[in-house]
Amino acid sequence: MIWRIEVGFKPGVIDSLGESVKKSIVEDLRIDIDSVRTIDVYTIKAALDEEQAKKIAIELLTDPIIQVSSCGRTIAKNFSKIIEVGYKPGVTDNVGKTAVEGIEDLLNVELKEGESVHTSRLYLINGQIGDEDAKRVCTGLLANPIIEHYSIWDEQSWLARKREDEKYFMDTGSREPRVAEVNLDVDDKELMRISTEGVLSLNLEEMRQIRDYFKDSKILKERKRVGLGDKPTDVELEMLAQTWSEHCKHKIFNALIDYEEDGKKEKIDSLFKSYIKRATEDINKDWLVSVFEDNAGIISFNEDYNLVFKVETHNHPSALDPYGGALTGIVGVNRDPMGTGLGANLIFNTDVFCFGPPDFSYEELPSKVLHPKRIFKGVRKGVEHGGNKMGIPTVNGAIVFDEAYVYNPLVYCGTGGMMPKKILGRESHIKTVEPDDLIIMIGGRIGKDGIHGATFSSTKLEETTSPTAVQIGAPIVQKKMMDALLETRDKGLFNAITDNGAGGLSSSVGEMAEFCGGCVVDLEKPLTKYLGLDPWELWVSESQERMTLAVPPDKIDDFMEVCEKWDVEATVIGEFQPSGKIHVKYKGRTVLYLNIDFVHEGVLQLKLKATWKPPGLALPDFSQPDDLAPTLKKILSSLNVCSKEWVIRQYDHEVQGSSVVKPLVGKVNDGPSDAAVIKPLPDREEGVVISNGINPKFGEIDTYWMAASVIDESIRNCVAVGADSEHIAILDNFCWGNPILSDDNPDGDFKLAQLVRAAQGCYYAAVGLGVPFISGKDSFHNEYQVGDKTISIPPTLLISAMGVIKDTEKAITMDVKQEGDLVYILGITRKELGGSHYLMTKGLAGGYVPTLDVEVARRLYNSLHGAIMEGIVSSCHDCSEGGFGLAAAESSFAGGLGMDIDLKLVPVEEALRDDAVLFSESNSRFIVTVSPEKKVAFENHMKGSIFAEIGKVRADDDFKVVGKDGKFVIDANIYDLKEAWQKPLRW
Amino acid sequence: MNKPKVCVLLAAGINRDYDAVYAFEKAGADVERVHINTLASRRKTLKEYQILMLPGGFSFGDDIASGKVLANKLKYKVLDQVLEFISDGKLVFGVCNGFQIMAKLGLLPGFDGNYKNRLATLTFNDSGKFEDRWVYLKINSDSNCIFTKGINDLLYVPVCHGEGKFVVKDEGVLDKVCSNQQVVVEYVDAEGDFAGYPFNPNGSVQNIAGICDETGRIFGMMPHPEDFIRMTHHPRWTRKDISGDGSGLKLFKNAVEYARENFLLA
Repeated sequence: MIWRIEVGFKPGVIDSLGESVKKSIVEDLRIDIDSVRTIDVYTIKAALDEEQAKKIAIELLTDPIIQVSSCGRTIAKNFSKIIEVGYKPGVTDNVGKTAVEGIEDLLNVELKEGESVHTSRLYLINGQIGDEDAKRVCTGLLANPIIEHYSIWDEQSWLARKREDEKYFMDTGSREPRVAEVNLDVDDKELMRISTEGVLSLNLEEMRQIRDYFKDSKILKERKRVGLGDKPTDVELEMLAQTWSEHCKHKIFNALIDYEEDGKKEKIDSLFKSYIKRATEDINKDWLVSVFEDNAGIISFNEDYNLVFKVETHNHPSALDPYGGALTGIVGVNRDPMGTGLGANLIFNTDVFCFGPPDFSYEELPSKVLHPKRIFKGVRKGVEHGGNKMGIPTVNGAIVFDEAYVYNPLVYCGTGGMMPKKILGRESHIKTVEPDDLIIMIGGRIGKDGIHGATFSSTKLEETTSPTAVQIGAPIVQKKMMDALLETRDKGLFNAITDNGAGGLSSSVGEMAEFCGGCVVDLEKPLTKYLGLDPWELWVSESQERMTLAVPPDKIDDFMEVCEKWDVEATVIGEFQPSGKIHVKYKGRTVLYLNIDFVHEGVLQLKLKATWKPPGLALPDFSQPDDLAPTLKKILSSLNVCSKEWVIRQYDHEVQGSSVVKPLVGKVNDGPSDAAVIKPLPDREEGVVISNGINPKFGEIDTYWMAASVIDESIRNCVAVGADSEHIAILDNFCWGNPILSDDNPDGDFKLAQLVRAAQGCYYAAVGLGVPFISGKDSFHNEYQVGDKTISIPPTLLISAMGVIKDTEKAITMDVKQEGDLVYILGITRKELGGSHYLMTKGLAGGYVPTLDVEVARRLYNSLHGAIMEGIVSSCHDCSEGGFGLAAAESSFAGGLGMDIDLKLVPVEEALRDDAVLFSESNSRFIVTVSPEKKVAFENHMKGSIFAEIGKVRADDDFKVVGKDGKFVIDANIYDLKEAWQKPLRW
Repeated sequence: MNKPKVCVLLAAGINRDYDAVYAFEKAGADVERVHINTLASRRKTLKEYQILMLPGGFSFGDDIASGKVLANKLKYKVLDQVLEFISDGKLVFGVCNGFQIMAKLGLLPGFDGNYKNRLATLTFNDSGKFEDRWVYLKINSDSNCIFTKGINDLLYVPVCHGEGKFVVKDEGVLDKVCSNQQVVVEYVDAEGDFAGYPFNPNGSVQNIAGICDETGRIFGMMPHPEDFIRMTHHPRWTRKDISGDGSGLKLFKNAVEYARENFLLA
């Protein structure tokens, strides 16, 4: 029986969702309509009688104070067009799942397999709107045809229509799961066809290597004993493809590279080992606990606790479905710290996005590409739901806008965690798996969603891309799993834990099997979302919210008891055994039997070519305007610089009660904080500092100095709020185009050279500043194919920094505090306008990008940190996009007080024009205010570094800058400047 | 010694439990986090406690409507325990999701001792957005709410919600809530005046941020006093000479003090 229940608002109640949909239709799609109302629809497929259905409508689904509902007949009336939108069968429907639980509580029944609730929403539009425009509302705003169905009606056809409720539900059918064998004894062309058509993303050499493995007579003999033959099963081939994917193995970062620069040739054996890992080894800080080994990096926080940090990208899925992609991105990266060591509790999120400009022309957009504004809004909402519902404060982030990201938006999601160094006497960062430990899958169930995520992300997006990798996360399923896991962790009920991310069980079980040398898995045991999944799908599906654990047999009952309390599903799916084999069975029959060494060590090193072409550096010639105030306002209004308050306030940054320095600071809580400070242990003094650095504009000129600059940016952000400059760890996240040279990719060698230079810049800056990498991630193939044209993103490196502040009460913020305070600039300003926002707002390119003198920077950071800890700095703001002029303006309006600045006092390397002094983006600089009575103490602290007193904080609202010839170059009101900064994204 | 016991209720998606635990511990209570399923199975009962805290979060994802599914769980699985708890004269405090649950269960406004009558709700903010911002609250000095006793200044605390707009069934309910002095906290600006959005962050009728029952022992509010416990929670602590504890702590101290006087000393 199917019951359809509609729930709408009573007349007079504000329908805020309807209002905001109307706003988007009018403002974004430019269709002039009068109003939008919404009705929620619950379609219930279950053996219920009418009385029960009515009870559900009234007591569960309707809020009697503000809503009305109807069971069976529609309540929609008086509209021009009605649009119904709901998830397609098989797509995660969180509200539907919760409704099932609500029904079971209400009626004290248990719904059976195949009984479920599907939710959809009706949008009732009034006004002049034709069929074409209604369709545009669906495809451009309300529905994503990849995962959602939609239908459009007018009032007459709506009332006359025949309902087709059955279509909302999955037809699981009676198809028997099957295992196929794949014949690899074929020519090269056929091998590549198998790889490409199966989305295996294996290259020819890898395909040959797999073919040869199965030909080995010793292997064949062993396989025969378990009932397998000389052909791999689809389960085996899929596992190898997932495990050997670029996503999992980082083959490009580990490749052997022939590198050519200025005619000099050099062989680089692994960028990762040569520059990233080696940097950490050379820095060798005593607070490093576990680096590059686990799902996330671990450093020491204080004598009792460690900190854990990981940042991931979720680019391709977010391009296809921004909401689901970003939601899955954030809840996905949550599981990295949760699956590190014995599992960390999660203490902060940080998110960085790169989008196309929100005002990008709709006409220029290829048909399958979503508009940047829609991507932005969808991603933001996904991160809101992921972070807020998991109860993790989102404390820091950044958004970069550039046309280069229209086709390939970047979504970086990061999560930090904390764990006691010892749990029941055991070191928490060490995983062990003992023979006979049971393999447990916990959390969500397996479905077809998210199959081939790892291999899919290792290819470029095309207009014809299939959406199998799109998923909708279920934060509450994960939240209760996390709560249960922390309880079982603290009771010592498991030996090891890891997450089910890319590659699903094949990857998580495969990795854990390495600890004890093998495993046996029964694939019919894991719980599934529906029937009909083939064994290979069960093995590689990336369905979300799942972790894999090793539980000793004598602790399994206690473990299950905790899971039951939390309503968390956990299943024993096999056991670990030191057999040297990964052995997978389905209903008793062996479907996979692979040597563990071959799975993990078999992949060959790639050999690649890289050729660097130095950029043209000429700085375009232009004259300096007499009045620089309009220039300053223009930079303040540029999308990368302007206030992100609209986004920030929709994230919960207070939950967990750990907030110390919030994302928005200042006199009226609206200035841009450089970094977040949180205090995860309420009774301890120490805090954690989180910041980031990203600047693709520099990378367009030289990726070496881009890398050095963004590392410096992330560190000076941390130092600006009070982090100990000698206790900061960083993560690298490289997003690139395809750096493998081929006929289809003729500049692949240059893209790889850009990567080589970036990695070298990382080594230089990290070692010089003493900030080790503890983990990282790379994402290549950020390219989009339109016809025969490939559009690649600019090289983009995100550096995420996590530092420690010994006493959170010593933290400071960027807003000026007191009239009469002295204004200082720290660091030297150079003629480095390349990649600057100043040139960008002028529509110019070229010039030198900022370089970095690591010794000078490190000395400055240590001195400044000392001064901050002494309590003699009133405010401190780092100079980044827009340079010192922008930083001074922000400090000034955030503090609600004006400022006097004299440009001739600013330390410069060579004679510079006033505009260059104000807007050059030279690294390692801060604008600082100090109260006059602390002048001497401050200057004593800063001895040995370049700095100068350049002005004073005023009592009024005037921001005044005097140029070298003694005339005002800026004379502006701080509230006008603030308005310029706040206006662009005040949506 | 003489520490009142607080039950902080857990369920899937509750996430401000530790914030509440810390606030009550700091206020001098013994605090336990207890899962709804543990109460439903009677492995523990509310009898052991003097204060029931319904913390913030997104119970069951706030799917269908905020707090609705957990409210129903309470109603169908442990309502007897909750009603007995109330009739024993004990304290119930709901913040954010907790307040939403109390309204949807009918605990508030709880006219004439009827705690099963739904007369008010919390729904989507007029802005259509989840918002995290600090708000000023005026305390109704004529209210008999136990939690806000002795607080004369404005409270300054964060709201973090998307469904915080307080709405009542009809004018009669509103009149009665007001005339009974059950309105405990109202959204105001820094000067203590009603000032519209964003000071009233959600469009609540008559700027109501929290109400109690007629006894003053059952209290729910949308803003988060448990997130202003220490000085450095304040968004402008680096600007001002503020010191000592955060002003949210007083609400928890009042509750603990009341429970100690009424249940432990006696």
